[in-house]
Amino acid sequence: MTPATFVILAIAAMLFMVRLCIGPTLADRVAALNGLVLVGMGAIATQAAHTAVGSFLPTLVAIALVGPIGNGMIARFIESRRS
Amino acid sequence: MIGELLALVGAVLILLSAVGVVRFDDVFARMHALAKASTLGILLILVGAAVNLRNLNDLTSVMLAAVVHLLASPPASNMVSRATYLTEGLPEGAIDEHAELSGGGR
Repeated sequence: MTPATFVILAIAAMLFMVRLCIGPTLADRVAALNGLVLVGMGAIATQAAHTAVGSFLPTLVAIALVGPIGNGMIARFIESRRS
Repeated sequence: MIGELLALVGAVLILLSAVGVVRFDDVFARMHALAKASTLGILLILVGAAVNLRNLNDLTSVMLAAVVHLLASPPASNMVSRATYLTEGLPEGAIDEHAELSGGGR
């Protein structure tokens, strides 16, 4: 079951990469990057659920903290370009 | 077993929202599709990990990640969509209720 989960997450990451490349506005790319962060968090948590080893879980907390903060900073950047 | 099943369901939800992010027409619809994965999808995967883990330290790490993500992610998405609305406005054909209520202008 875990390999299927990783395959599904990889397909989702490829779709997010497509939107990251073709996204017309900066907000599209921010959404795609947010999705890639979600895929990374999901991969770490899936590995923890499969092996029942929690060595990577502090990384999960760090990613959960840093991702939305980066989003907010990019939002401030978009707003500062308002003409 | 049940934790891996929950993780699979969460991964399917993330895949569905990735399809939505690729296929929807404008920025706000794409961010709306992404919000499903960033709340329910990631929460299902984290609950699946918490079901399988036994150590109390690991459980608290998973719960801290879930709480932090649920508290921080919606305001950040709101900031991005607000900045997009202020700089580029709404797509063609959308009803701008904010401009109507505030008497024109953004």
